[in-house]
Amino acid sequence: MRLFALKMLFGDAAKFYGILLGLGFATLLISQQSSIFVGLMSRTFGFITDTPQADIWIADPDQRYLDDNKALRTTAVQRIRGIEGLDWAVPLFKGLIMVQLPDGQRQMSQVIGIDDASLIAGPSRMLQGSLDDLRRSDGIIVDERACRREFMVKRPPEGGAPRPLRVGDILELNEMRAEVVGICKATQTFQSQPVVYTTYNRAIQFAPPNRRLTSMILASPEPGQDIDRLCATIRERTGLAAFPTDDFRNKTLNYWMSETGIPINFGTSIILGFVVGVAVAGQTFYNFTLDNLKYFGAMKAMGATTPRLLGMVSLQAATVAVLGFGLGIGVTSLFGLTIPGDRLAFRMTWHIPLIAASAVVLICVGSAALGMYKVLRLDPAEVFKG
Amino acid sequence: MSIAASRGGPAVLARGVSKAFGSGDARVIALQGADLELPCGEVAMLVGPSGCGTTTLISIIAGLLARDQGQLEVLGTDPNALRGDQRTLWRLRTVGFVFQQFNLIPQLSVAENVAIPLVLAGVRRAQALERASDMMARVGLSGRERSAPLKLSGGQQQRVALARALVNEPRMLVCDEPTSALDGATGQSVMELIVETCRHPDRAVIIVTHDERIFRFGDRIAHMDDGRVDRLTDRHGTALGLGAPERTALGFAE
Ligand SMILES: Nc1ncnc2c1ncn2[C@@H]1O[C@H](COP(=O)(O)OP(=O)(O)O)[C@@H](O)[C@H]1O
Ligand SMILES: [Mg+2]
Repeated sequence: MRLFALKMLFGDAAKFYGILLGLGFATLLISQQSSIFVGLMSRTFGFITDTPQADIWIADPDQRYLDDNKALRTTAVQRIRGIEGLDWAVPLFKGLIMVQLPDGQRQMSQVIGIDDASLIAGPSRMLQGSLDDLRRSDGIIVDERACRREFMVKRPPEGGAPRPLRVGDILELNEMRAEVVGICKATQTFQSQPVVYTTYNRAIQFAPPNRRLTSMILASPEPGQDIDRLCATIRERTGLAAFPTDDFRNKTLNYWMSETGIPINFGTSIILGFVVGVAVAGQTFYNFTLDNLKYFGAMKAMGATTPRLLGMVSLQAATVAVLGFGLGIGVTSLFGLTIPGDRLAFRMTWHIPLIAASAVVLICVGSAALGMYKVLRLDPAEVFKG
Repeated sequence: MSIAASRGGPAVLARGVSKAFGSGDARVIALQGADLELPCGEVAMLVGPSGCGTTTLISIIAGLLARDQGQLEVLGTDPNALRGDQRTLWRLRTVGFVFQQFNLIPQLSVAENVAIPLVLAGVRRAQALERASDMMARVGLSGRERSAPLKLSGGQQQRVALARALVNEPRMLVCDEPTSALDGATGQSVMELIVETCRHPDRAVIIVTHDERIFRFGDRIAHMDDGRVDRLTDRHGTALGLGAPERTALGFAE
């Protein structure tokens, strides 16, 4: 009867495709919106993930998330270095500075100044040049994505068509000379400003006089030291906030989750996807079962046992679940693969298909259960009624 | 004519069968002490005015409905004594059904519809379809195996339903108003087919009908009124015995 159950399903083309589209659409909405949400949210702490060398993040106690930099005194790093148990501690500058391109265009950019000596917290991937090139005078490394967009040189001084910014170009940061010595791939920031890397001391010079301060301090313990205890010590001795990497990442994430409307926004879409799935697919599947109820009744009269009939309904439900989910997740994946990552934050973690699948299963199990209830209550004597 | 003298052994022995639906003010008594005795090898008609309980009685005989009171034996079994799926499987082995509304599944081909009872009985698909095709030949529908049921005329659809009812060779065929959805001539030809294919010493056919034009196909006509069988006649209306002595002779111990 399994094949017959499937033929009954496929044979009712209008309902079958209705159910498939409903489930596919629900899966698409749920998985795509979740993926964009996760993508956006992971951008908020991208810099933390990109700086695996740092185990401890030290900031002003009032700082709420990664980019919410409250300045620290430039001497703070000396005090941190005085704490025993730390292998190293380096200052970090993060701030917005006006960048002027060779053709005179100006663009507010996120400048990251990394420790001059160790170059810790530099970009994770270099496309041209090397991190060490930052040691050259006036050296900066710019993000490849920005070169093609915000840093596009529209009227190159040498003449010719507009071109991306490139190694060797001379810029002005806050009216001070800077030379592009490398191109990197930086994790996109949440606000999507162009990212420029340079050394800490140079960044301090680029910054306006009143903002020549340390943004954060990164540190790492000596082998065998307990990170939580070190953080506690730092807090006690300096009055600054200190977090293990995971805690700092979660603090950042929590800020965006609880202090912005973003989760509500995406949550609404995801719930909407589920509701559409229930309304369209669940409803249609239930109607499909109702339509077939008289045939199930006739089969029951002819000798189909209840488990057998329930088996048919389950098989029909399982089939639409698998196909509908496959359709939706397929379209989402295609979407994720086609849209360039720098255009849209899209990150499908393994949880997302699982969540979408659970939603589809819930819809199908729910509507199949309603249908099955009808089949169970079916009085085979009803088949004689005209 | 007593059942002992008829062509086969007893197919149906029913005595004092009662059935009510609902309760309180909504209580409807469908059967009140119906007695019926039908032998194998005959075509029996169950007739009577609308609402007299014919459908209820064949539903009980066919094991679709449980009676409230009375005694019943169908081909040696009391379907009521079987529980749930046991009774379903008994129906699968024993009873073929023809419904007023043909109840063919529109998404399946004609042959697949016919094959359903075989597939339910565990016959493999290919073999089931082959036997379905043979059965279709017997009801005059050769070559229509792959057709969609709704492409066929009403009479053809009822032939398909008949083929489906007979495909696993049940000993009893139960038809509820098999001709009422068909025009007169088509109804006659479907009845001819039923009688032709089903009259068999080992087999019993029970047909519920209000259609007097098909009474002539019955070997024995049970006239029902008000939840009882009150007369048994042959096709010409001649009374057949329905006396108490014969019934006790049938073997229900008092
Ligand atoms: N499931 C049911 N619930 C309530 N009443 C019923 C049900 N089935 C039959 N009846 C009633 O029982 C009586 C006999 O019905 P039925 O056997 O269908 O008559 P018919 O001889 O017309 O086939 C009728 O009054 C009918 O309304
Ligand atoms: Mg009736």
